[in-house]
Amino acid sequence: MNVMTWSRQRTGFVLLVALGLLAPFVIYPIFLMKALCFALFACALNLLLGYAGLLSFGHAAFFGGAAYVTGYVMTVLSWPVEAGLLAGTVFGLLLGVVFGGLAIRRQGLYFTMVTLALAQMVFFLCLQIKATGGEDGLQGIPRGALFGVLDLNQSLNLYYVVFAIFLAGFVFIYRVVHSPFGNVLKAIRENEPRAISLGYNAERHKLVAFILSAGLAGLAGSTKAIVFQLASLTDVHWSMSGEVVLMTLVGGMGTLFGPVVGAVFVVSLDHLLAPFGSWFTVVMGVIFVACVLLFKKGIVGSLRWPSKPARTSSADTPAATA
Amino acid sequence: MFEWLGISAQGLYGQILIGLINGSFYAILSLGLAIIFGLLNIVNFTHGAQYMMGAFVAWGAANYLGLGYWWALLLAPLVVGAVGILIETTLLRRLYQSDHVYGLLLTFGLALVIEGGFRQAFGISGERYEIPEELQGATHLGFMVLPNYRAWVVLASATLCLVTWVLIERTRLGAYLRAGTENPNLLRAFGVNVPLLVTLTYGFGAALAGLTGVLAAPIFQVNPTMGTNLLIVVFAVVVVGGLGSIIGSIITGIGLGLVEGLTKVFYPEGSAVVIFVAMAVVLLLRPNGLFGKGK
Repeated sequence: MNVMTWSRQRTGFVLLVALGLLAPFVIYPIFLMKALCFALFACALNLLLGYAGLLSFGHAAFFGGAAYVTGYVMTVLSWPVEAGLLAGTVFGLLLGVVFGGLAIRRQGLYFTMVTLALAQMVFFLCLQIKATGGEDGLQGIPRGALFGVLDLNQSLNLYYVVFAIFLAGFVFIYRVVHSPFGNVLKAIRENEPRAISLGYNAERHKLVAFILSAGLAGLAGSTKAIVFQLASLTDVHWSMSGEVVLMTLVGGMGTLFGPVVGAVFVVSLDHLLAPFGSWFTVVMGVIFVACVLLFKKGIVGSLRWPSKPARTSSADTPAATA
Repeated sequence: MFEWLGISAQGLYGQILIGLINGSFYAILSLGLAIIFGLLNIVNFTHGAQYMMGAFVAWGAANYLGLGYWWALLLAPLVVGAVGILIETTLLRRLYQSDHVYGLLLTFGLALVIEGGFRQAFGISGERYEIPEELQGATHLGFMVLPNYRAWVVLASATLCLVTWVLIERTRLGAYLRAGTENPNLLRAFGVNVPLLVTLTYGFGAALAGLTGVLAAPIFQVNPTMGTNLLIVVFAVVVVGGLGSIIGSIITGIGLGLVEGLTKVFYPEGSAVVIFVAMAVVLLLRPNGLFGKGK
């Protein structure tokens, strides 16, 4: 990372924090919180897709599964909100260990198909078992008070808690990406055999990235469950996995801010097209096609200065392990 | 025979038959995916939507044009294949230089467009499609009552698999296809029009999915979401069997269909997830799949 990138990232980060702090005074907080949950979800996916080059089409399992866990422990077991968030995140991590362990046994497109199939299994389990409430999902999840003090039924309180969770996740991903671990991850993405020949255990690095990504997706899902007081089958459906891939793709795979921009874009689109039924799905599909054909770098990826020839080749094929 | 388990013989044979039918659908769809993957290096996420379109062509032909089932069997593969050729020449072709992942994302986007469009036009409640007159009724076999239409589907799917196998393994065109899968540049050097071959292959794969949709239409409801849900199961089948072998696709598809059918008899709650569990077990024991060389 050169000095210019770093200063730009710092500017971006300051801008992000400032916008996040001021936004609820201008925009409806529930909408913002939805955008933040999805932004964290997309950042989690981007850690895997953008930096490890692994396309998971099953992240809805972590997101939606964690939402169910949080909902269950808070409604049925009456756990406090911090314990609920923790439970959902831990669930995401554990499920990530299982799914990641299975999926990294295959590479490229098979990896994607394995994640999709495993997530579909979670969908059917959520549909069938009693604890998840079947078609109704879990409704009326209490928001409670954070550490017993901060009343989360106040929407501004809730907003800043959600924003803090998002920022924590964002900074965590930043630290991971710019750590030696993150560099090895990028090396594996670019050229796995060479990374292995240099003595790195590619499988273990990929697995750790998968688990971290799953845990963060779980945190995003848990937060979403508290914001909307609802965990439903929509959260574990394959179209949710597709939506988060689209957010990352639109914003720019392998860029730090891309998934945030992409999430805001897709959530706004969802909001605008909500009255038009299935047209949202159609428009989403069209954007997928347009991004893949014309706009592979995404919004943030295209904003980068084109003066770094060494990196442009990697930005063209961020997922080059297939 | 299984009465002591509380299961009637009729129920058992019935579920085996359904398993066989589902299995044949898995087999044909994974066969189509394998053919397309071999030459185009793309996992065709639109496959499910193409299967659904086949069913809708049959339903539309009956409702708007008054054309029956047998016409639909001819019409659906032609229409769906033509749409497939259009997709390949206008969109997919631009991606052959890019990473494989983009092909998957593009076909996923197309699946969303098609599925969303059909949902907007026809709703999600589903449409009934009648069994053709010639195949209504059932035959008493002594040990079970065999619905004629289901017998026909098993027969037709088996024929379809066989014809595809012969086409690929025993004809000149099939030899080109196999050669193109191995090394497209070398094949091109021999004067074969590889881009045309690629287009036809994608069209053929799509047509196969469309034809399967017609076969399925009288059994399941004709529904915009029928394709993608099935496709995800087929992906699990593909992970188990690998995309490298035609026979492998057929055996795995039918085998897993039977496993699913038997699960419905002995442990109905598990039938929705049994194929995914089977996939997980295979990944643990044989990471490269039952027939795969690994990739």
